[in-house]
Amino acid sequence: MQRPPASPHIAGASSVRTVMLLVGLALLPGTMFGIYQFGWPALFLFLITTGAAVFFEAICLIIAGKPVRFYCLDFSALLTGWLLAMTLPPWSPWWIGVLGSFCAIVIGKQVFGGLGQNLFNPAMLARTILLVSFPLEMTTWIAPRPFDTYNAPDMAAGWSITANGIPNLDAVSSASMLGHVRTELTRGESVPDILFSVYDPMASAVGAISGSLGETSAILFLIGGLFLIAKKIISWHIPVAILATVALLATIFSLLDPNHHAGPLFHLLNGGLMLGAFFIATDPVTSPVSNLGKIIFGAGCGALLFIIRSWGGYPEGMAFAVLLMNAATPLIDHYIKPRIYGHPGSRIGRFFRKLKQE
Amino acid sequence: MARLRIRGGVHPDERKLTSDITITRVPSPKRLYLPLKQHIGAPSVPDKVIGEIIHKGQVIARSQGNVSAHIHAPCSGYVEDIIDWAAAHPSGLPTRTMVLVNDGKELRDDVSVPVNPLFLRPEIIAERVGQAGIVGLGGATFPAAVKLTLGQSRNTPILIINGCECEPYLTCDDRLMQERTEDVVDGVRLLAQALYGPETIIAIEKNKPEAIRRMEEACKGFGNIRIMPVPTRYPMGSEKQLIEYVTGRQVPAGKLSADIGIMLHNVATAYAVNRAVRHGKPLTTRIVTVAGKVVKRPGNYEVPIGMLISELLDYCGLEEKPERILMGGPMMGQALPHADIPVTKGCNGILALSADEVKNSTEHPCIRCASCVDACPMGLSPLTMSSLLKKDKLDQAVAIGLKDCILCGSCSFACPSAIPLVHYFNYGKGEILNRAQQQQKDDEIKRLILDRQKRMARLEKEKEEMMAKRMEAIAKRKAAEKAAAEENKEKEVA
Repeated sequence: MQRPPASPHIAGASSVRTVMLLVGLALLPGTMFGIYQFGWPALFLFLITTGAAVFFEAICLIIAGKPVRFYCLDFSALLTGWLLAMTLPPWSPWWIGVLGSFCAIVIGKQVFGGLGQNLFNPAMLARTILLVSFPLEMTTWIAPRPFDTYNAPDMAAGWSITANGIPNLDAVSSASMLGHVRTELTRGESVPDILFSVYDPMASAVGAISGSLGETSAILFLIGGLFLIAKKIISWHIPVAILATVALLATIFSLLDPNHHAGPLFHLLNGGLMLGAFFIATDPVTSPVSNLGKIIFGAGCGALLFIIRSWGGYPEGMAFAVLLMNAATPLIDHYIKPRIYGHPGSRIGRFFRKLKQE
Repeated sequence: MARLRIRGGVHPDERKLTSDITITRVPSPKRLYLPLKQHIGAPSVPDKVIGEIIHKGQVIARSQGNVSAHIHAPCSGYVEDIIDWAAAHPSGLPTRTMVLVNDGKELRDDVSVPVNPLFLRPEIIAERVGQAGIVGLGGATFPAAVKLTLGQSRNTPILIINGCECEPYLTCDDRLMQERTEDVVDGVRLLAQALYGPETIIAIEKNKPEAIRRMEEACKGFGNIRIMPVPTRYPMGSEKQLIEYVTGRQVPAGKLSADIGIMLHNVATAYAVNRAVRHGKPLTTRIVTVAGKVVKRPGNYEVPIGMLISELLDYCGLEEKPERILMGGPMMGQALPHADIPVTKGCNGILALSADEVKNSTEHPCIRCASCVDACPMGLSPLTMSSLLKKDKLDQAVAIGLKDCILCGSCSFACPSAIPLVHYFNYGKGEILNRAQQQQKDDEIKRLILDRQKRMARLEKEKEEMMAKRMEAIAKRKAAEKAAAEENKEKEVA
């Protein structure tokens, strides 16, 4: 006998697929700009990484005996691969992308039981594994070489870079802004001196700087993120908490010690902060469900990011910050819950309500 | 004092296409099926035997116990049978139902009505409401007289009349307020009178501007009644949410609204109170919205209670076989297994939906997007509760608020993964009830066993005592005999 259908008998318009597609749409401008900046190798790496992610997802689904078409068409694997590709050095060899996708999909997601079950953000987990295992490949940045400029590799040369590696590394490599500041600081230079010659806030905002695809255009990712908030795919809590925390800490420390700490604008525009705040930390699976929990999560990400950037062993720490806070998510969800109607709620909540009434 | 908005909620497509169609009276069919349980509480007991002649408006089944309601005959004729007939529940399981045959003569007994019911004492109004078999017509079907008596027994300074009708499709309350404004307002005044004249607020969602306008006009002369337009947001018509919006207070968990001095009645209940107290007419008809894409003549119909839904749909006409038939609105209504089920007192809508109107998507895994947390008007975490219930961890689900769930369906509506969350909560709530009943049963059995053991022990003890007594008596007798014998011997010797 057929199970009687349960109420409600109508549903809202949103579905997992539309959520994923809208996130993709929001990512598109920044991604296209990044690929434009770094030319054919970046495009090849992007296609290989996303393709491999979907491929590994399909393999895992077959092994698990789940319907492949149904789960692949929710586009979650595509998005994971996409986000991973955004964090790789754009001229990385092909196997970095494939291995990264393997780590993300198989180790980061499917061994936990598939979509919605993973504790850690798969893309960030994969990036961290790659960074720790292949530090050289993962820190080989190049200066932007848009398609139409004279020293950009053509399609064949681009394919050769992705397939065989970069032939003349020293000629093209260029440190990322955060990496550059970090290296110069260890040499005893002061921040204003370092930034004077190389740092242009406009270039950082627009994205004409070296870095991964996701570390280029802060402005485009900001616009994409605002689009997602307007579409109610993500809430404002996590991004605002992250950006506000980073800005606050940067302001305090740059005022206290301007020779060793850059200002808030520098921190906001450089590195993967915008991408991380709007697209990675907001991954619903690995972030808290309540609004206050989201703010705590975001503030934690921001603080960890600033600590790693300022005193840690790596110039950029978005992946580490997000992973650490992912681990704290179950704890946050356990303690921070909305107040149930008609219940007294927590002591802090009662205090604030009383304050409001008065 | 009121808040700007309720927590959570959703805004489904309103689809209130029947709000401009005048209420049509449906003629009584040949046979009427009246289930003995159309209200919350104990089922009524038949007051007529099979074959007994009835007049329109006579009591055919009496209330029993503290929470129950009378059922009246919507037609004249006779009782044909008392049988088990499918009830308005997804299972279609049968319940005791009285079948009346309509002779079409509309014979009715004379009733005495007060000249001015507003001069009646509050207790008398409640009594008359109870005699008319009125229950909460918004869908909750709680006997109205019981509620009024409850409100009378404590201080009730606020009466809220619920004219929200937040479910999509349904427009029966809207039409009632538009067409029978005077009667509704009179019913509201009678309810207020029954509660010793509290401050009365009629809450109407802003998507019913015509009803708001007419009601405001009709209430102009009455200082203690005021109309409050409320935002269009599901589930605004839910008791707890409406109370919070109107008064800014929450009903504490496990308590009734009467405990904080607030009483809530539906506009349709107010109308029924007007019919009962002013005109002496019991609740035998109600206004039902018939809608859905496959209905040829959708609209609002005044339907005799007990009419089969199949007959009502025949009357309205169907274009094709509906994909799903619902009793109630699409958010909280019940899917019916077939249409041979009678219209009951709590039925505010019959929806015959086509395939493209109903939700039909396959379930995806939960992505923890928290749409359900944001949508929940009660501040619960539906995703956590459902995953606990999936693993049958009922106690943990109760610990995080399963009992507070009002089954409004906002979470399922908002879920992008199409997870049937309400289905799990329904199951969980049923399971709580089962376990409570089982617990009660176990306790009862334990008590009986203990009693028996005590009784047996007592009997045993009594037996022993008796034995001891008898042994003693025997011993005494023997001793006496012996003594007597010895005495005799001595005598003989002597």
